[in-house]
Amino acid sequence: MYPSRFGYESPKTVEEAIAILDASGGDAKILAGGQSLVPMLKLRFAAPEMLVDINNIDGLRYINVEADGTVRIGALTRHEDLEYSDELPTASPVLAAAAHLVADPIVRTRGTFVGSVCHADPQGDWAAAMTALGGHIVAQGPNGKRTIEVKDFVIGPFQNALAYNEIAIEAVIPAPKGKSTGSYLKLERRVGDFATASVAVSLDMVGDVVARAGSALAGVGGRTIDATDAVASLVGQKLTEENIKTAAEAVAAAAEPRSDHRGTSDYKRQIVKTFVIRILTGLAESSQKVA
Amino acid sequence: MSSLYDEVAPAPAEGVPTRRITVTVNGEPRTIDVEPRLLLAHMLRQGLKLTGTHSGCDTSNCGACTILFEGRPIKSCTMLAVQADGHSIETVEGLATSSELHPIQEGFKEEHGLHCGFCTPGMMMASKALLEKNPNPTEDEVRWALSGNLCRCTGYQNIVKSVLWAAEKMRAESN
Amino acid sequence: MALDEIKIGGMGARRRRVEDNRFIRGKGNYVDDIVLQGMLHMEILRSPMAHARIKSIDVSKAYEIPGVRLVLTGEMMAARNLAWMPTLSYDTQAVLATDKVRFQGQEVAAVIADDPYIAKDACQAIVVEYEALPVIVNPLQAMASDATVIRDDKENQPGNKVFDWEIGDREATDKAFAEADVISKMELHYPRSHPSPMETCGSIADFNRATGKLTVYMTSQAPHIVRAAVAMVAELPEHMIRIVSPDLGGGFGNKVPIYPGYVISILASILTERPVKWIEDKTGNLISTGFGRDVYLKGEMALRKDGKILGMRMNTISDHGAFYADAQPSKFKIGLMHSTFACYDLPAAHLTSTGYYTNKAPGGVAYRCSFRVTEAMFFQERMIHAAADDLGMDQAEFRRMNLVKDDMFPYRTAFGFLTDSGQYEKCLNVGMEAIGYSTFKQEQEEARKRGKLLGIGISTMTEPLGAGNSREYDILGIKMFDSAELRVHMTGKAILRTGAMNQGQGHQTTWAQIVAHELGIPADDITVEEGDTDTAPFGMGTYASRSTPVAGAAVAMVSRKIRAKARKIAAHLLEVSEEDIEWELGRFYVRSNKERGVTIQDCALAAYSNMPDGMEPGLENNAYYDPPNLTWPFAAYFVKVEVDAETGVWDVLNVVAVDDCGVRINPMIVEGQIMGGLTEAYAMASMQYITFDEEGNCIGSNYMDYLLPTAWETPGFELHEVVTPCPHHPIGAKGIGECATVAGPAAFVNAVVNAVSHTGVRNIDMPMMPNRVYEALTTGKDVSGMPPVRISE
Repeated sequence: MYPSRFGYESPKTVEEAIAILDASGGDAKILAGGQSLVPMLKLRFAAPEMLVDINNIDGLRYINVEADGTVRIGALTRHEDLEYSDELPTASPVLAAAAHLVADPIVRTRGTFVGSVCHADPQGDWAAAMTALGGHIVAQGPNGKRTIEVKDFVIGPFQNALAYNEIAIEAVIPAPKGKSTGSYLKLERRVGDFATASVAVSLDMVGDVVARAGSALAGVGGRTIDATDAVASLVGQKLTEENIKTAAEAVAAAAEPRSDHRGTSDYKRQIVKTFVIRILTGLAESSQKVA
Repeated sequence: MSSLYDEVAPAPAEGVPTRRITVTVNGEPRTIDVEPRLLLAHMLRQGLKLTGTHSGCDTSNCGACTILFEGRPIKSCTMLAVQADGHSIETVEGLATSSELHPIQEGFKEEHGLHCGFCTPGMMMASKALLEKNPNPTEDEVRWALSGNLCRCTGYQNIVKSVLWAAEKMRAESN
Repeated sequence: MALDEIKIGGMGARRRRVEDNRFIRGKGNYVDDIVLQGMLHMEILRSPMAHARIKSIDVSKAYEIPGVRLVLTGEMMAARNLAWMPTLSYDTQAVLATDKVRFQGQEVAAVIADDPYIAKDACQAIVVEYEALPVIVNPLQAMASDATVIRDDKENQPGNKVFDWEIGDREATDKAFAEADVISKMELHYPRSHPSPMETCGSIADFNRATGKLTVYMTSQAPHIVRAAVAMVAELPEHMIRIVSPDLGGGFGNKVPIYPGYVISILASILTERPVKWIEDKTGNLISTGFGRDVYLKGEMALRKDGKILGMRMNTISDHGAFYADAQPSKFKIGLMHSTFACYDLPAAHLTSTGYYTNKAPGGVAYRCSFRVTEAMFFQERMIHAAADDLGMDQAEFRRMNLVKDDMFPYRTAFGFLTDSGQYEKCLNVGMEAIGYSTFKQEQEEARKRGKLLGIGISTMTEPLGAGNSREYDILGIKMFDSAELRVHMTGKAILRTGAMNQGQGHQTTWAQIVAHELGIPADDITVEEGDTDTAPFGMGTYASRSTPVAGAAVAMVSRKIRAKARKIAAHLLEVSEEDIEWELGRFYVRSNKERGVTIQDCALAAYSNMPDGMEPGLENNAYYDPPNLTWPFAAYFVKVEVDAETGVWDVLNVVAVDDCGVRINPMIVEGQIMGGLTEAYAMASMQYITFDEEGNCIGSNYMDYLLPTAWETPGFELHEVVTPCPHHPIGAKGIGECATVAGPAAFVNAVVNAVSHTGVRNIDMPMMPNRVYEALTTGKDVSGMPPVRISE
């Protein structure tokens, strides 16, 4: 498979990149890890006039865990940087759980976390994880930086809220209220398969009481599904068998799956419910152990 | 000569815009003019005649094109050749010296880790990356590390054994 | 003294592979690695529609792109009488569509350009206007009385039926059913599956006008058949055609048929007088080339209440796609389907089969299978499983009771095959012991109490491998023999060429082992070559596990011819009469004095320097081998699984494979074949899925949708061997390449069905994706995978 012709620029600074995007008038596309974009170019599902390769910009590959627990991830941080991070299992168990389920080990060496969120694939793992965590994206354009909540950033299938002359330079997971816990479960038939259904649940715990709850789903709708409202009932509560079940049913109800060869919509809802119960039950058991 | 010729279009009138890049391939700097859209795998195969790197699928699933890019395994069909400018890459052709096989190559031969050989270069490069990070992997760790590379012939069991064979030999050599 | 056979790399040696030396260095030579001077590149434009009339094709924009040399359409092919070509099943297939497209992915036009990127650009610039026609994606739609006729290009083709076929004894079978205590039934769909070797198909055609010679490098498992076909289709003299199959990146039956791409590249080279390379992309491979299966099978079994099988009635409906292009050499329309139940003592059986055209890619018999044997054995083992359950009998004991016993060979099956050897019960016992069969039921019950669903599945079968014998098997009239040519050089080194075609089986390694066994020439001293029709003896290629049964036998036979001549030379050198000469590995000696002898190498030198008076110099020969029968390996596979009741996800806990493929030339390679086959069995059972929606869109057209298992999902395998030599094969070997793909799938399905059988479920169609298993568990009903898949908005 062979991509169509395109122009190519490889700026050395964010500002230079923005200038190129600005000048392109919307016909340019940013090339970061390229693990979604290059296959689309090869299949000729995408044929941009110009690629702006940001891989030569220094200083965009980092995972910073700040003193208050805020996690900052740079635009060129690769999936495998999260997978092998020593800090993430404590700082953000949801990201740590999802990290080794993204694509396959070779794709993870090159693909980027922020690029994956920008790609806004309804089956994408990172957009769901970030939504559950209440994260945001820092976008930089000709007029400076702005912050966009991920739930507002992913606006549709393969559509994000960036203007044509903006670059997502950083993803930010806000400091947890208490201890960050949670997990990510994905039903895939094979390593690298798209999710039949994926569930991210993030709970900030103060002792054994839920201080903040977030959830999001992938693979069960035309976009990343924000199911945070569905788990709101857990806030201020200790996890119990009953409220876990209630939350799981509410999350499953928030899913918008369609029937296809991966399963009926009912089946996919059942998977969502089961995964929520499994994640929350696991958290309840470990919080009891701690408490 | 024959009227069949009439169906043959004339040669291209104009040149194609290219970029001159320099890539260190298996330790040697190589300079080559490439079109931006040229995939790195195609540059290696057609431009540099390093045909050990194979193109197996078009969707970044099979890993037959796996090479090392700055020491980490990547699928070279999913990267543009221009992106390799100024970087160092390693292909299957760089594994052996003229007199000696790399232990991973020996392992694949000893444990019958290949049949048709098409996935083998990618498998070996992914294995090399694994053993550099983890010199003493478990069977599960090998299976996990190779899960971005498809093999249609072997059933993987002997590939796993090949990598474990190589790991053991490399540990013995480094002691 | 006699040589140590293992040390010289003879039979039974786990000889490391010769091929590996180039592959591990990245120095293989696959078609896409070959570059010829002045070579052009070809890309094919395929139909996005499954069934449509072509109203117009405008190629003018394509020609405007610099670097485009030639654009070929059906009309241009038709002008040269090449728009259609014959298939190996006496049908015709479009090379480039002229009137209509009949499946999604059908070849519509081809661009030849300076590089493949430009060729692709030009394909995109071709404008084709289609008029949609009703689409048929399964035989039920095809057989409807008002169904659109897909093959309206053919005369005397009133509907979509390809054939009706029957075999067996209807009357005796009816009688068996009349006497039955219990009648057990089974109905299932064996889904379409694609062999999908890692390397796609491709060719480089190089026509040299100065010499008139056409050389084609191509991905073919059967280069000589291609040469014969090209001679017929392209009307080129056979001696002016050279087909070269270099290293193949896997085949599995995908590379037996002759595809339009090859033919177009040949014409393109003739027209441009330049070499033309065509390398198919993965989607092209998955949506247009030879697939396997897609058969609806149903049947019923007549049983005595003590468990004895009395008779079997069976019906198949097969989906052949738009052209009947089964690449199979038998005279039987549905291939060797009637080899079903060959390992069981079955008194009476009858099979009826019907084939249909649909708007899908043509094919049907590919994929690591001896022409529909996979479907036959899968149905057999699903039926056996259901029958044992219906009778309330243990799965192993029901099989034990009905398997053909060791003293019944040669055994004539109810459908007329002759099986000749085996120790079926011994294989069963070895497997039961290894998997821990005796304690499983208890384990299963205890697990159920803990909410865990365990299941065990057995699959036992013998299959006919090694097509074929010339009485019953031919391709386009060419008999299914195979060949070997051996030339021993004067220093005792040798070169062997065969008519088979390696695609990963390791012929370069194992053929030399057979020669070493027969002649005592160390295997390392023997070069093996295949795949070049200018040098290799005529042979029918490699598929259906036929290499060892047929070409391997020819290797043994030609070695024996060489030995017979060497014996005369030895007598001359030792100055005794031939009758006084004895042979031991690598050496002739005088019977009365074992110390007096000459080696095979001594004889080789003498063949060129000191031959007896009147003897023709040299030491070379060839052998064409026509096997007296098929070979009948036996397999007993056991699989243990655990099913997650909340998700339908199932995990394989254990796989035990017991194989009896007769004498093993190289056990290492045999084991490799078995593990590879088991993996494809697991893949078919669990995830490989290539189906169609109502519009005939292929779902499974790339590796994001057509899932092949990775090292992570693939289970580990425990292998065991039993050896019953084949009585008619010169070295006692039977085929092995396909046993595991053939017998494996039923073991996985039987295990999962066993785990959920408490709900009343009798069948889950493959692939047993988690949603299907969950559906079976929650509804207690069988799950059908019949297309089309419906996608709701």
